[in-house]
Amino acid sequence: MSESTLVAPSRVSPARRALTTVLTSRELAIALVLVVLIAAATAKTDSFLFSQNSWRDLLLTPAILVLLAVGEAVVIITRNVDLSVGSVLALTAYLTGRLFVDHPQIGIVPVFLAGLAMGAVLGLVNGLLVSFGKVPALVITLGTLYIYRGIVLTWAGSNRINASDMPDDFLALGTKTVLSVPVLTIIAVVVLAAVGYYLHTARGGREMYAIGSDPDAAVLYGLSVRKRVTAAFVLSGALAGLAGVVYAARYGTISSGAGLGLELQAVGAVVIGGVAIFGGSGTVWGAAIGAVLLVTINRALPILGIPDFWQQAVVGALIIGAIVLDRALAHRRSRRLVEARDA
Amino acid sequence: MARTYAAHAKPAWQRLLLTREVAVIALLVVVVLYARARVPNFSGPLTLPYLLLDAAPVLLIALPMTLVIITGEIDLSVASVVGLSSVMVGLLHQHGMSIPLAAVVAVVVGVVCGAFNGFLVAYVGLPSLAVTIGTLALYRGIAVGLLGTKAVTDFPDRWTSLATDRIGDTQLPLVVIPIVVLAVGFAVLLHFSTFGRGIFDIGLNRETAHFSGVDVARTKLLLFVMSGAVAAFAGIFYTLRYGSSRGDNATGLELQVVAAVLLGGVSIFGGRGALHGVVAGVLLIGVISSALRLQDVTVNVINIIIGLLLIASVMSTSVLGWVATLRPPGSSTKGQLGSSSAPERVDATSRKEER
Repeated sequence: MSESTLVAPSRVSPARRALTTVLTSRELAIALVLVVLIAAATAKTDSFLFSQNSWRDLLLTPAILVLLAVGEAVVIITRNVDLSVGSVLALTAYLTGRLFVDHPQIGIVPVFLAGLAMGAVLGLVNGLLVSFGKVPALVITLGTLYIYRGIVLTWAGSNRINASDMPDDFLALGTKTVLSVPVLTIIAVVVLAAVGYYLHTARGGREMYAIGSDPDAAVLYGLSVRKRVTAAFVLSGALAGLAGVVYAARYGTISSGAGLGLELQAVGAVVIGGVAIFGGSGTVWGAAIGAVLLVTINRALPILGIPDFWQQAVVGALIIGAIVLDRALAHRRSRRLVEARDA
Repeated sequence: MARTYAAHAKPAWQRLLLTREVAVIALLVVVVLYARARVPNFSGPLTLPYLLLDAAPVLLIALPMTLVIITGEIDLSVASVVGLSSVMVGLLHQHGMSIPLAAVVAVVVGVVCGAFNGFLVAYVGLPSLAVTIGTLALYRGIAVGLLGTKAVTDFPDRWTSLATDRIGDTQLPLVVIPIVVLAVGFAVLLHFSTFGRGIFDIGLNRETAHFSGVDVARTKLLLFVMSGAVAAFAGIFYTLRYGSSRGDNATGLELQVVAAVLLGGVSIFGGRGALHGVVAGVLLIGVISSALRLQDVTVNVINIIIGLLLIASVMSTSVLGWVATLRPPGSSTKGQLGSSSAPERVDATSRKEER
């Protein structure tokens, strides 16, 4: 490919172009909605933002959904979907509790590693079935949703792991803060930054976008589609596994019903965050902001005088609104391109 | 790659009998025979009625869902429509409306819900997976918002017993009648009408369907409306059967329905499937659950079995294709095409993009 012959270099300075990109980005729009929501809730009740506890909750509560949404976004970018994340979360959350009950001396780091590893293995199963079985991810992960949930139901039965079964310093992680930022939130943000950087710059990340936007072309171009798709599922599984450990630390009580229905919330967060459901576009930043928005709505609605029973309806309206907006923007963009071409 | 009609080279009996649908039906017969022989009480008088009562909502919703999935779309909002319809019946009854009138209103609400889905998918052109995840939350949210955590349970006995009554002296509950009527209706619509041919056409290729004179948008809209209406009817049945109207009724049912439809041999990419396979798929899950429950196996193992069955049934196609590639070269040219697996998959997925 010869450079600069096809398109004249932009005369706008790089800094200005970067600014325009940020200002017109889909992520900024959703972030603005989030800021307005928080501002409205704070205007109504100061303590929504300015009491120490609620500041912590505001940052802490979304941590789990952010982890799930980041993994889900990567999978959806490759034009697949992972419905098993809720069940994976339940399995690793129960594993976490079990490890502390059976091996009280185990320590926190091995438990985190065990959760990550178990999640990654479950994700690998999904990935291998999808990429080698030539079967759509929706069907495979719907199957593993049932299987993984069945395993945790069989394993846990009606057992419940309580806070008293787990060491204090592990549970303290759930509330601990560094410079008033909760530790669990820091974990989620670090994961988000790492995955976001990888997708944005690394070859593997760019290939995932390429696969999602046109699987046909990706194969013809010689990309290792199977490897990348499997990797996306392993990542999603590992992050759901990490979310399971975080769940255990945050809530302290784990039953076999943990994370029921969470997969649809994760997909919802990703869609609200501007990731196209048929792959190839969107960012994990958007997905993460979508997740924070979903969780924050939960807490803000009662303060704004809307009974929290209506929270789910608002979430649904938001998802519909987000995809209609995306369609309208895409429509406008393509019309402009056509005009530019015909001009 | 030219699409050849390899299937038509085979004799008629092979084309009719060696299908996914017949495999599911055969598996169903085997499981029933095994259960009758080995599971105590399975042939008792209570098994069949309860099996049918339990399977009825899934069976009802699976009928229109089959048509929706054959066009290459999906409707994940059905369980929320069940919940909303249940809440409507409860609320209207509480305000003194008679049950039949409340039921009619509930079905109208289901039609509106389905029309909203259908409008966004067919006329705005949004992906149905995303739209119906949104309306899943929206309709459930309205249901929960209307009734909160309360439940309406004071339904007249006359109506609640109607949901569990049997037909005459048989073991069949009354709900079998609407199920059979709807199943026959949908089967005729799908397999013996122009409208039904259009449904398959859309699933195979939207563009060609459009140029062959199929009104793609109208067909999709109608299917989503049917899906909403039947889900609402299932919601009325659900309410009367359990005598309880709650916002969270039938949560998660959508995934059971989708699992049963796919198990019945319908392709998630659209263009392929048959109603008798779907009915057998729903009953297969019902029989396995009921047989296992009689053996005191709890719901966990049933979950695992449903999941394994679903994966095994969809994997079987690609495993059989892979086995075909192992044949000595020359016996079939299909082997060479099948050996590079990725383009095939791409072929199927790229169709989704066109929506």
